[in-house]
Amino acid sequence: MKSGASESLAEECVQDVMATLWQKANMFDPSRASVATWVFTIARNRRIDALRKARRPEPEELPWGPEPEPDQAEAYEAQQDTERLGAALAQLPPKQRDLIERAYYGDLSHSEIAAETGLPLGTIKSRIRLALDRLRQQLDVKASQG
Amino acid sequence: MTIKHHLSDDLLMAYSAGDLPEAFNLVIATHVSLCDECRARLEAYDALGGAVIEEQVAEMSMGSLEACLARIEGLPQANARAPRRGNGIFPAPLVDYIGGGLDAVKWRPLGLGARQAILKMGDNGASVRLLSIPGGTAMPDHGHSGLEMTLVLQGAFRDEGDRFGRGDIEVADDSLEHTPIAEPGETCICLAATQGPLRFNRLIPRLAQPFFRI
Repeated sequence: MKSGASESLAEECVQDVMATLWQKANMFDPSRASVATWVFTIARNRRIDALRKARRPEPEELPWGPEPEPDQAEAYEAQQDTERLGAALAQLPPKQRDLIERAYYGDLSHSEIAAETGLPLGTIKSRIRLALDRLRQQLDVKASQG
Repeated sequence: MTIKHHLSDDLLMAYSAGDLPEAFNLVIATHVSLCDECRARLEAYDALGGAVIEEQVAEMSMGSLEACLARIEGLPQANARAPRRGNGIFPAPLVDYIGGGLDAVKWRPLGLGARQAILKMGDNGASVRLLSIPGGTAMPDHGHSGLEMTLVLQGAFRDEGDRFGRGDIEVADDSLEHTPIAEPGETCICLAATQGPLRFNRLIPRLAQPFFRI
């Protein structure tokens, strides 16, 4: 963990994140997000707890109902999305990549992100748009089922 | 419900990364609860966060794995919580702060029938309030010193030629001197977050500002 945390604090946080992952493993739905995305959300919440007192309320869950078996195709797609985004990230010029990494490690304020997202982050944006279209289709399917 | 006014990419990314004050987090979480479009975009930004951490490698000290396994040993599996639910016009994140629905709000009068309820935040990066504006009246005339987000929960308002109905979010910065006006009819209820205190443009509200904390 970065974010200016000391090394021992960082290591303690990693252990906390691992413990939380273990405890919540049964709630992980691989058809909704890749493992990496799930780990990211848990690590992010732990960092917010550790470094600042500000809460980060979560949106209301969608009433999707219980899914007895995660859909294999959807789980595969969620994994693919993260891999494609990772590949797109790797292709970015180092300066832009660094910027995105700093945003996700909490080293940039919102106004810095706002000032910098004007950069031509073309490949990332098109990947996000693809991931987005896929998620939107999923939402439509779920909505018409519900 | 057709939502026409959405969150920008940089705000969704900052919320995903956890880089915003609590007040803005609350408004964004409430909007996303109502807006499938922004929910999908937010999940894409979470996926980008996953891709970012996946390529990072960090050195861990000796004994770290053992310490980790020792902590995990004996931990119970968390039970799936019952999903949080909204209450009337309030989506779940807002219900968590108010402790109920519309009848649980502790309103304070602002004059001319307008009312507000300031919600307590854990940090002071930004403040957030519920506003209740009678149909056909203007929101208290104000400018603001930084970012401002206004999310409509009931009724509608018009501002700068645009209409904002339930679920719509208006994001303004300090360059915008605006006067939103509630549409005639139903009382307009909004969740509004501001960075820094609001500045009123007319003398009387400015004198009253320290008392109302708006």
